[in-house]
Amino acid sequence: MASSTQCQINVLSSERSVEKFNRITLRQTDKVYVLDHKKVGNRCCLNTTKDKLYESIYHFSNAELLEISEHHRTKVARNVNLERLQKNYLFPEISARELEHLEKYPNAKIISLGIGDTTQPIPDIVAHTMSDFARDLSTRKGYRGYGAEQGNKELRKAVADTFYGDVTVKDTEVFISDGSQCDISRLQLLLGSEVSIAVQDPNFPAYMDSSVIIGQSGEFQDNMSKYKNVEYMTCRPENNFFPDLSTASRTDIIFFCSPNNPTGHAATYKQLQQLVEFAKKNGSIIVYDSAYAAYITDESPRSIYEIPGAKEVAIEISSFSKIAGFTGVRLGWTVVPEELLYSNGFPVIHDFNRIVCTCFNGASSIAQAGGLACLSPDGLKAIYSVVDYYKENANVLLNTFASMGLKAYGGVNAPYVWVHFPGSRSWDVFAEILEKANIITVPGSGFGPGGEEYIRVTAFGHRESILEASARLKRLYC
Amino acid sequence: MSVIPNTHVPISVQSSTSAFLGQPNKLSTAFRARNVWIPAKKSGICKCVATPSVEKTAYTTKVARNTNIGKLQAGYLFPEIARRKAAHLLKYPDAQVISLGIGDTTEPIPEVITSAMAKKAYALSTLEGYSGYGAEQGEKPLRAAICSAYYADLGIEQGDVFVSDGAKCDISRLQVVFGSNVTIAVQDPSYPAYVDSSVIMGQTGQYQKDVEKFSNIEYMRCTPENGFFPDLSTVSRTDIIFFCSPNNPTGAAASREQLTQLVQFAKKNGSIIVYDSAYAMYMSDDYPKSIFEIPGAKEVAIETASFSKYAGFTGVRLGWTVVPKELLFSDGFPVAKDFNRIVCTCFNGASNISQAGGLACLSLEGLEAMQEVIGFYKENTNIIMETFDSLGFKVYGGKNAPYVWVHFPGQSSWDVFSEILEKTHVVTTPGSGFGPGGEGFVRVSAFGHRDNVVEACRRFKQLYK
Repeated sequence: MASSTQCQINVLSSERSVEKFNRITLRQTDKVYVLDHKKVGNRCCLNTTKDKLYESIYHFSNAELLEISEHHRTKVARNVNLERLQKNYLFPEISARELEHLEKYPNAKIISLGIGDTTQPIPDIVAHTMSDFARDLSTRKGYRGYGAEQGNKELRKAVADTFYGDVTVKDTEVFISDGSQCDISRLQLLLGSEVSIAVQDPNFPAYMDSSVIIGQSGEFQDNMSKYKNVEYMTCRPENNFFPDLSTASRTDIIFFCSPNNPTGHAATYKQLQQLVEFAKKNGSIIVYDSAYAAYITDESPRSIYEIPGAKEVAIEISSFSKIAGFTGVRLGWTVVPEELLYSNGFPVIHDFNRIVCTCFNGASSIAQAGGLACLSPDGLKAIYSVVDYYKENANVLLNTFASMGLKAYGGVNAPYVWVHFPGSRSWDVFAEILEKANIITVPGSGFGPGGEEYIRVTAFGHRESILEASARLKRLYC
Repeated sequence: MSVIPNTHVPISVQSSTSAFLGQPNKLSTAFRARNVWIPAKKSGICKCVATPSVEKTAYTTKVARNTNIGKLQAGYLFPEIARRKAAHLLKYPDAQVISLGIGDTTEPIPEVITSAMAKKAYALSTLEGYSGYGAEQGEKPLRAAICSAYYADLGIEQGDVFVSDGAKCDISRLQVVFGSNVTIAVQDPSYPAYVDSSVIMGQTGQYQKDVEKFSNIEYMRCTPENGFFPDLSTVSRTDIIFFCSPNNPTGAAASREQLTQLVQFAKKNGSIIVYDSAYAMYMSDDYPKSIFEIPGAKEVAIETASFSKYAGFTGVRLGWTVVPKELLFSDGFPVAKDFNRIVCTCFNGASNISQAGGLACLSLEGLEAMQEVIGFYKENTNIIMETFDSLGFKVYGGKNAPYVWVHFPGQSSWDVFSEILEKTHVVTTPGSGFGPGGEGFVRVSAFGHRDNVVEACRRFKQLYK
């Protein structure tokens, strides 16, 4: 047992899935110890003597103390911005909870309505095109090396024509990427650490997290669950999920997602007009995330560029992930209009192009071939029928929650249903639904303090799963 | 390499180094958007200050341009080479231009690899075969295969391997991990992505035109005189050291002794080495292929690598980065944990189809097939080396890398580049594009169809006989 020196243990790498790292790094005031551990029953015990560490008990699978040895530390200071990040990124956290639950109940039939992961196969016309393209890479004629970093010319044109035909976005303003999550970070690299940002609250965590990482935010304030120096634009049923811009402070950048992840709300034409005017008045840049535009069923705008003047104030990002099931294939795009200028008149597109050429090397040629197939007339028909499938799922879920007497929002213009559990803590509701119904959802507070009391349920899944989940939820709450 | 469509290509191109760097920014002239007046960059000063001589009628936002990007001198090197090539083709539309410039692979991918990718793509159209999001760090079987193929017995574990869409993207993600407050050292000359990403991240000061260097970067000169390995006794301490071996552009491969010095240097200074091993499989000498062959390296180094030049995956996009668990920041926090966070937040995994290809690459048959392709390019390299050798040039590299580093003493490398292009219609890469230490050299890459390489060499012989 411990003898003389009692010391504080700050566990620095307490991974939930410890198998990944298989060791713990512990800090004792000024010394660092790295421990390889294996299982000792169900607990990892660290007996210490004067030179070692105070006893601690952790629950790990396959953990047992093997040895303690001191390791070299570099003199490179950790990036303070990363220190500032709270917790893990939201979705790996959800995955980890799912794994934990499975360990506890190995026979549980978990239904995942958490991470927005597509489940339906990619239409033949698209998949076969990619397959053929891949095969042709073995031929002299079909081989392709580096592509243009901005994307295949034909594909850029197809994106411009298909999604922006009526609003005259040029193919040269379209940059093909490996997905929105990556584009968001490249945009942050572009914008730099000196800009101020506004986000919707709740919102897709990548905007906020990437902002912290690049150094745009201040410290996290525990009491408010918000980062300092960031403008949070609350979006709730009371304000029709559109922020009251009259009370919003000016920021350089405004992240705006519509149809919204997680609330499912699609901003109306009038709302977006207000937003564009607000941006114009303040000289701000809107980063408009339209990844779910294909899910719109009413007259809501599908692109920010439907609003006059938007080209001078907005960048638009979008993705093939949720329209073509490309979550694993990786393909998206960003539109940077030539008209968008920095305060000194310099075109933003020029710098974005530089980032794309320096920090990226193009989306996979195979994925791009698939993208082109998606945008053919037959391809569009095929992928939109899959979108319709998910829309029907959303409908089922909406009806389910309605029948349970719960207020559910979204689901009409987006593959997400935003369910209100008044007076609750969303992680508690998440845990209860998981424990009692074996369903994974996403707790609203993961998307920001404005998400507290809400749960996000995605409509991606096989119809049978959606129906089964609905049945379980009804049993749970009725 | 396809031409970037939105550039306005000037007909006459300045060729001397300093003039090139002081060129009015070519891209800016492409934006003839209505009434917008775009300020041209003044020679030598990369500051974009709007001093309109005409009334500005276009709306501008109030968002200040990122000053870091403003520090960059010109476009990224390789798009610039592409522009020059395009300009040349405009001038000589019937010229049979041969590209030995950008290191773009040309030979078809072996069938064992493409059939795996074709199969995966096809399977995505089936219920059983469909998969959505993959782990951001990469598919476990692929991570394990990389580990056993390249890091067996080196103490690297599957969990240390992060699959990516290529080394270039990994370099920027590493920069995001490190942040703006670290100092870096690079070899001089070096692959431009290290310096450029550093500038973008805000790690550097301004560009100093007289020495052609960014302030706050430690440039480690690599020349024939020092065997292309820096004299570490004269190198200042930096947080990060970028080191590429076999080297792009010089082709030099560091020996075990040299790498041991480097690791010791990093250990003594508490630095982190970012070791770029993208060309390791081109090695003919018995030099280390991985930095982790050096004892102690796991505590000081990250290694990045790529399938691009092994499997012809330049368009398919697949690579990996190894961040050992043992690598710790000054406060003891594992670098891998922060890298993982970046990978989960700023990235969403390499394409699952590409990863299926990667797995096939690392099968027994795939490894053999890649060796054949590598062997083909190595033979190209030999042909190029012999050619310049026979013409009396001092030639470096080539033995351990698909690049030949040819010395043109006393000449401006952009001038040589232009002359070669003009007179032989062969695209190369001027050494100064890789840093001031590259002045006086031209990089000739060995990627190309055999007949093109042979023809290019014939033209070189004609020009320089």
